Amino acid sequence: MNWPALTVFIILFVFVTVLGFYAARWRRGNLNSIDEWGLGGRRFGTLITWFLLGGDLYTAYTFIAVPALVFGRGAIGFFAVPYTLMVFPFVFMVFPRLWSVAKRHGYITAADFVRGRFDSRLLGLLVAVTGILATLPYIALQLVGIQVVIAAMGFDGTGLVGDLPLIIAFLILAAYTYTSGLRAPAMIAIVKDVLIYVTVIVAVIVIPFHLGGYGNIFKAIPTDKLLLAPPTDTSFGAYTAYATLAFGSALALFLYPHSVTGLLSASSRGAVKRNMALLPAYSLALALIALLGYMAVAAGVANLPEFASYFDRYGSSFAVPALFLHELPDWFSGLAFAAIAIGALVPAAIMSIAAANLFTRNIYREFLRPGCSEKHEAGTAKFVSLLVKVGALAFIVFLPNKYAIQLQLLGGIWIIQTLPAIVIGLYTRWLHRRALALGWLAGMAIGTWMAAAQHFSTSIYPLDVGGFTVAGYAALYSLAVNLSVCVALTFAFKLVGAQHDADATVSEDYDEDMPRLA
Amino acid sequence: MSKKLAWYAGVVVLFAGALWAPLYNRVEPSVFGIPFFYWFQFCWIIVTAVATALAYKARL
Repeated sequence: MNWPALTVFIILFVFVTVLGFYAARWRRGNLNSIDEWGLGGRRFGTLITWFLLGGDLYTAYTFIAVPALVFGRGAIGFFAVPYTLMVFPFVFMVFPRLWSVAKRHGYITAADFVRGRFDSRLLGLLVAVTGILATLPYIALQLVGIQVVIAAMGFDGTGLVGDLPLIIAFLILAAYTYTSGLRAPAMIAIVKDVLIYVTVIVAVIVIPFHLGGYGNIFKAIPTDKLLLAPPTDTSFGAYTAYATLAFGSALALFLYPHSVTGLLSASSRGAVKRNMALLPAYSLALALIALLGYMAVAAGVANLPEFASYFDRYGSSFAVPALFLHELPDWFSGLAFAAIAIGALVPAAIMSIAAANLFTRNIYREFLRPGCSEKHEAGTAKFVSLLVKVGALAFIVFLPNKYAIQLQLLGGIWIIQTLPAIVIGLYTRWLHRRALALGWLAGMAIGTWMAAAQHFSTSIYPLDVGGFTVAGYAALYSLAVNLSVCVALTFAFKLVGAQHDADATVSEDYDEDMPRLA
Repeated sequence: MSKKLAWYAGVVVLFAGALWAPLYNRVEPSVFGIPFFYWFQFCWIIVTAVATALAYKARL
C-alpha cells in the first residue's frame, strides 16, 4: 500500500464529497423540478459553464486512454488533437441555436427539441434511446479509470473485496447526485479541473527534466510509431483513419446527452459562445496529456518488474499511473490519481443525470405516464440516475472491462446517427420525419455491422474501393449512408405528397439572445 | 455578411489544416528535438482558438 499517495487521495476525495452534498444549497432552487435538478436551473454563467463543460468532456477515460493509445500505437493516438481542435468552432457555429430554442420552449434534452421540431414522438424516442445507449457504457468506462488508479495505490485484492473502494466511491457519488442534481458535478468540476491543470503542468515540466528533455523523449520512440503510416500503392495508409477519426469524433461530441446537458445549463447564449472561445485551453492540456504516453515509453515503465502485474491486468491503460509512480514523489502521485478519479466522478454524474433526463422526459412522461406532475417527474429522474449508476457499477464489477470498451466504441457510432435530426434540424425541417427515422435505422445497422466485421476491436473500417483500401471511422461512413437515405427518401415522400407542416418552433426561436419562455 | 463569409472560409482552412495529414506528417523541421508533426498540431490548436475568439469578438 502506498500510504503517502493514499492519504492525499483520501483527503481530496472527502473534500469533494462534502462539496457534492453542500452543492444542494448553492444558488438554491426547487430541486423537485427537473429543470432545477437536471439542468441547475439554467443559471451557470461563463466561468462555471467553462469548468462544467471542461470537466464533463475531458473524462478520466480520456486522461487514461489517450496517452495509453499514444504509448501503445504512437502517432495515430494523437488524433485527439485535431479532434478537440475542431469541436469548438463547430459548436460555436451550430449549438447556440440549440441553447436558444431549448430555453424558449423549456426543452431539457435534444430529444425534446427533435420531438417538437418534427412533431414526431417516434423520432424523439429514437434520439432518446440512442442517447441512453451511447451513455451507459461511457459511464462504465469512467469506473475503469477509477479502478486503474485505485489499483496503482496498492489495492490489488481480487473479487468483490478488490472492488470495494470503487463501490464505496460510486455509492457516495450516487447519493450526492441524487440530492444535489447537476449542481454537484458543477461544483466538483472546479476542484477537478484545478487538480488536472496542476498535474499536467507539473508533469510536463518535471518528467522531461528527469528524462533529459523533449528531444530525448522523442528519440526513444521507434520511427514507425513517430509518424502516421504513409500511403502505399493500395491504401492511404493511416491518413484517412486519422482524419476521419478526428472529424467524426468532433461531429459526435456535442450529440452526446451529457454534452447537451452541460450546454443547456448555461445561463445565456453569450455564455455558450464565450465558452467555445475559452474551452480550447483544455485542448492544449489534452495535447500535453497525450505526450505523457511517449514519456512513459522513454521512461521504460513497461519493463520495470514492479509494474509487470499491472500491465498484465490493465494493458497500456497503466502507462500513465506507472509513469507518475516512477517519476514523481508519492504524495504528488496521490494528487494526480485524485485528479483522475474525481475526473471520473464529474462526467459520470453528468452522464447519469443526462440519461435520467432523457428517460424521464422522452420515454416515461411521453409514453408511460403522460401528464405526470412536476414533482413526480423530478422524482423519477432522481431514481433513474441511481439505477443507471448501479447498472454501470454492476457491469464493471461482474463483467470483463473489454465489453464496456467495445460498447463505448459502438456508442460513438450510434450517437452520430442523431446528427441529421438534431444538427440539420436546427437549420431546416426540409428532411422528412419518416426519412430521418429510416436514415437513422440504416446508419445504425451499417455502423454496427462495420464494427462487428472488425470483431468490435476497432472502429476503423477498411473500405475497399476497387482494390484500394480507404480505412476510415465507421461512424463517418455510416453517417454518410444515413444522410443519403434521409435525402433520397425525403425526395420520395415529397413526390408522393406526404407533407407535414406541424412545427412547435419558429425561426426567430433559434437566434434570440434572451428568449422568454413560450 | 462579408465578415461571416470570411469566418466560414477561415473555418474551412482551419479544418483542412487539421485534417490534411500530408501537410504535417514529417519529422523536419523539428524544434528542440520535437518533430514537426507534434509542434505543428499544437500550434494549430492555438491558431484555431484565436480565430474562434476573434469570431466571438466580431459577434458572429
